Amino acid sequence: MGLTFAEKLLGRKAHQAVRAGDCVIVDVDVMMASDTTGPIAMKAFERMGGRKLKKKERTVFVLDHATPCPNERIAALHKLIREFCQEQQCVFFDQNYGVCHQVMLEEGLVHEGDLILGGDSHTCSYGAVGAFSTGVGSTELGAAMLTGKTWLMVPKTTRIELTGQLPAGVCAKDVILQIIGDLRSDGVSYESVEFAGDGFARFTAEEATTVCNMTIEMGGKNGVFIPALKDPGLIPDEDAVYERVLRYDAASMVPVVSCPHTVDNVRPVTQAGQERIDVVYLGSCTNGRLGDLAAAARILEGKKISPAVRMIVCPASNRVLLRAIERGYIQTFLAAGATINTPGCSLCVGTLGGVPGDGETVLSTTNRNFKGRMGNSKARVFLASPVTAAASALTGVLTDPREVMRQ
Amino acid sequence: MKKALVYGDHINTDLVIAGKYTKTLDFQELAAHCMEDLDPLFSQRVRQGDVLVAGSNFGCGSSREQAPLALKYAGISAILAKSFARIFYRNAINVGLPALICDTSSIRYGDTVEVDMSAGIVTVNGTREIACQTLSPIMRNILSAGGLVPFLREKGDFVLE
Repeated sequence: MGLTFAEKLLGRKAHQAVRAGDCVIVDVDVMMASDTTGPIAMKAFERMGGRKLKKKERTVFVLDHATPCPNERIAALHKLIREFCQEQQCVFFDQNYGVCHQVMLEEGLVHEGDLILGGDSHTCSYGAVGAFSTGVGSTELGAAMLTGKTWLMVPKTTRIELTGQLPAGVCAKDVILQIIGDLRSDGVSYESVEFAGDGFARFTAEEATTVCNMTIEMGGKNGVFIPALKDPGLIPDEDAVYERVLRYDAASMVPVVSCPHTVDNVRPVTQAGQERIDVVYLGSCTNGRLGDLAAAARILEGKKISPAVRMIVCPASNRVLLRAIERGYIQTFLAAGATINTPGCSLCVGTLGGVPGDGETVLSTTNRNFKGRMGNSKARVFLASPVTAAASALTGVLTDPREVMRQ
Repeated sequence: MKKALVYGDHINTDLVIAGKYTKTLDFQELAAHCMEDLDPLFSQRVRQGDVLVAGSNFGCGSSREQAPLALKYAGISAILAKSFARIFYRNAINVGLPALICDTSSIRYGDTVEVDMSAGIVTVNGTREIACQTLSPIMRNILSAGGLVPFLREKGDFVLE
């Protein structure tokens, strides 16, 4: 019987043949922490007796969750991280880079075949380049920083195949939200997910990142984009054993939204009701890349957003921001009446960047709409694609982007 | 007496501790805001040693270890759930907070609960016994060491058995 991607890659890292269900100790190639998870990881590392990082060239800290720093308490944590990185001579990105996952991809710090642990649940994003990457807590990360290893259970695998081509106005975000809506928030708990088929093969690297990024929202341990694999030793065998195989037809996909307060509460935009929108947020590790900004800018070009809407655009990184300036997207957003935030996690985690008021409704391109997620438990958050977000910013109500695109 | 504080299914870590409170090394501060958006009275209701009881997929969402830390510092001595989200489950064990999988459907708010870790048995109201799923050997060892920090300080490296 053949092997899945997870069994092949984890076998390499465990230096032995492995099968789903095996409990193994594996080498960790890359470790990443943010300003939310870094301080506790550093403290755990030190309390474990750690003095020098096992792999300092591949240990990365990124300040992104609360940047630019909003208060003195967080300033103290940022300072702690800067000092630790200086002392340990590890890889460090200050507030002038962007969201950690975008930075890791842009800076070429993650590669096909790597096993990556990140102190952030959306670490599963790097499956877009063929890595096995998964989110862990701070202490787990501190242990990897100390030993260069971790232990894990080799996961079972769900394979999701997409065939055909997406209709105009339907994005990678709609595809992954639809899948999450079908599988629900614990549908692939503890499992590896392989995204395969000619439909996914048509996706850009950015779109692949959007898809893998949200694997955690259905409970997955990691998600991997099979069309991205080049190493024949990692491509799953045809007779690999899967927990389940799901098939989707791209041509039948429609724009969808996640309704409050869970990601798996997914409906077609046309069936989500006439929701008046107060805030539109375009950004995050899910949908803050150049292609996302381009798609939204095309809709907003030469138009004004509804005066009732506050639209916030937060490019995922400084590099994305620079290129968006060069291409005129930022000018388009500003002329349309949007506000530009400093690249980082910003409003997605509700620490800063435009926190909504009581009873307000946010339409966001981010990955979570949990109650309180954006800093106010009395606000409601809908999740959608960049084009649905842009179309709704124009009208002030939740809008199917195909309506705006037809005009 | 350890009492059961019972909540529902799919409780995410944003509800356990909101993102705006996570940036701190003061774990008592986390405890003060624990479960705030789900149950504003949680910090007044909870007593040292109480047991948090939930349904399926407890701890889904963010990888923030501040979630099990908030519960632990609020006084929670163990979490019982029908199932746990993966990252939370590991985080709880890693900070030395027992997270046990069992059928929680018959446990009511305020029931007294005794957890026998070694036998893997939960006793409700002094009489009714519920069996828990056994932890993997490494998780059992990490938990009995008091968490991953003391485990690694003692062993120096990962060992499975």
